[in-house]
Amino acid sequence: MKNSRRRFLQIAGVSALGLGAKPVLNAFALGGGKGYHVASGEDALTAEQWAMVIDTRKLQTAEAVEPIIEACNKIHNIPTAIDNKNHEVKWIWEDHYHHVFPDKTNKFLDEAVEHKPFLLLCNHCENPPCCRVCPTKATFKRESDGIVLMDFHRCIGCRFCMAACPFGARSFNFRDPRPFIEANNKEFPTRMKGVVEKCNFCAERLAIGKMPACVEASNGAIAFGDLYDEHSVVRELLKENYTIRRKQTLGTEPSVYYIV
Amino acid sequence: MKDKNMILAGLVVFIVVITFPFWFNMGKAAPAPELELTAKAKAAKTCVMPTAFMTAEHMQLLDVWRHNVVRSGERMFVNADGKLFDMSLSNTCLDCHSNKEKFCDRCHDYASVDPYCWDCHIDNPKGE
Amino acid sequence: MLELAVKGNKWYWGWMVVLLGVIGAGFGLYLMQLKFGLGITGMSRDVSWGFYIANFTYLVGVAAGGVMVVLPYYLHDYKAYGKITILGEFLAIASIVMCLLFILVDLGQPMRALNVLLYPTTNSVLFYDAVVLNGYLFLNLVIGWNVLEAERNGVHYQSWLKPLIYISIPWAVSIHTVTAYLYCGLPGRHFWLTAILAPRFLASAFAAGPALLILLCLFIRRFTNFDPGKAQIQALAKTVAYAISINVFFLLCEVFVGFYSNIPGHMDHLKYLFVGLHGHGALVPWMWASMIFMATGIVLTVTPATRKNETSLMIACIVIVLGTWIDKGLGMISGGFVPNPMHQVNEYAPTMPEIGITLGVYAIGALVLTVLYKMAVGVKEEIHD
Repeated sequence: MKNSRRRFLQIAGVSALGLGAKPVLNAFALGGGKGYHVASGEDALTAEQWAMVIDTRKLQTAEAVEPIIEACNKIHNIPTAIDNKNHEVKWIWEDHYHHVFPDKTNKFLDEAVEHKPFLLLCNHCENPPCCRVCPTKATFKRESDGIVLMDFHRCIGCRFCMAACPFGARSFNFRDPRPFIEANNKEFPTRMKGVVEKCNFCAERLAIGKMPACVEASNGAIAFGDLYDEHSVVRELLKENYTIRRKQTLGTEPSVYYIV
Repeated sequence: MKDKNMILAGLVVFIVVITFPFWFNMGKAAPAPELELTAKAKAAKTCVMPTAFMTAEHMQLLDVWRHNVVRSGERMFVNADGKLFDMSLSNTCLDCHSNKEKFCDRCHDYASVDPYCWDCHIDNPKGE
Repeated sequence: MLELAVKGNKWYWGWMVVLLGVIGAGFGLYLMQLKFGLGITGMSRDVSWGFYIANFTYLVGVAAGGVMVVLPYYLHDYKAYGKITILGEFLAIASIVMCLLFILVDLGQPMRALNVLLYPTTNSVLFYDAVVLNGYLFLNLVIGWNVLEAERNGVHYQSWLKPLIYISIPWAVSIHTVTAYLYCGLPGRHFWLTAILAPRFLASAFAAGPALLILLCLFIRRFTNFDPGKAQIQALAKTVAYAISINVFFLLCEVFVGFYSNIPGHMDHLKYLFVGLHGHGALVPWMWASMIFMATGIVLTVTPATRKNETSLMIACIVIVLGTWIDKGLGMISGGFVPNPMHQVNEYAPTMPEIGITLGVYAIGALVLTVLYKMAVGVKEEIHD
């Protein structure tokens, strides 16, 4: 009697767990029984927390940042032809210093800083508020390398993450983006209406050993590496230069650093 | 029970209406669709898994691929024979099966399912 | 008891037909939204929540406001409210139905709504909001229905209802607290980032809910054979008087903190709402109208003479419902998103289809409320005969 009740509780407990972990269990069950397995590619680049250093001294003009933004737009099928500003989709874009660092703006700024463009993108925060609020884990911080990612299959389009992001890094597909994609990259999916999207630190390129597209297109103005590897290019730059981040006081710990 | 006739008539109408699809389609069973393979698919002889498995369980397999690629960043698929594949719907599946209308759609139409994979994933990426 | 709702005069059926017409039109517009996407609304990359979420927030308040009759009756044994607790509970049911519908029409991918249960995420406030709202709907359905049925049969309600009734009281507070937590836990949205947001939501809820209930009571007395009672309405009016005063007090607290501290992030949203920012001020006339409405409401409900006069009380309730709706519905959501995190001003205004869908949801709520109130009033009339 006592035994069977304990057994019942055990089963009930395991079932309750299973409800939450169902997709993972499916993966194991299928993989285990059918004789296949999945793995990371051999070329994949890995890090504890990917981070970026943008050297704005090397990006003084709109012409200097344009190819960087364009590289991202092309490779990720960003619907750049949307003319309604309300429905804009942006992964990486430019803005003035006082919009990028509203809490670090002096009344009288040096002219170079006042006029040069600053690149904006998802900060891949170490404490991302967007992931904290998502009700379905459709946006999540990948444990293996700290990238804040979107699972477009799971997003219900509640836009809680957009309210939570203090950096305006997220865009919502207010309509089907496909007719507005100018340069079609057939190797990368598009998105559908009703889901939120943002920069993914080029997770799909890191997986095959390539640097993010913006880094590649920046002629050395953007560095990318592991924040917790003291020999990484990012750490070398942080050691040698004074850097700032956006809205540090909010405690989200952005992973994008700026050399001004 | 003065409404007896009304109730019976109502019941008859109800039963006729909800069974309508069955007797409307009676004797008109659609034949199972013939799928066409592209030259590339034919040359490969077998898919990432045996054909019987793929026919019955490609959706579950795609779900495993999706989960591992999107959430864990694991993109490499190793099948029972030890052969490696990139887990990508567009670049692996639809590169070989580049004839969506004659392959994917025929079966999906027959089974009356409408998966929205192609809202995002590009079909026939190389445009062959 | 549903049979009480299928008997009515031509006004009742005319009203139902009008509601069904509005619902049909709203549904048609919703199909348009499903096909095109949320782009048919006025929402944008910067103001990513709009009219739907604003009305959702307001109605959570109305639902929670119902507790202002339940609590004195069951906790303080204030007998007079026994007559009208059912009206508070049924108002809560209709409001929650609208809340859930507003969430649904706001989703970009509504077919995936159940992902919230399939991948339960305990660190998301939205998950808890879904739990408490559905729980409150369930509690009020069970309690309201059974208590009314017991009353009809002339017996005491079942004893197992008692714990549910006690649970429903803090539960009412929880629905609006959790709804406030949706907003006030977000870094970088300084307008919402205030510990007083949940209390402020509750204050406006306990003003708006009972004010609406007074209006409904006056309507019922005028057009049916059931009189909710003069004492009951006066007691409710005192609740409204306190709650609306506290609501305005909380707002003034926010103004003090923002402007005395002189921190731009805290001042900018209030400036946008009340005087305009960088030349944008679409909401300025609305916000001042709201202030005038709420101030008028305070004067009329606090002054004994105007509170006791049911005509001036009715006017007070109307301006309080309107004032709190503008304050919470229009100002609270837009105000939080403007200026955006880059301190740029992109304004928001709902579009016609968006307003149409909103009206459709309100019509569904009105339909639910009409049916429920028809039953409640029917039972009350039976007992009196």
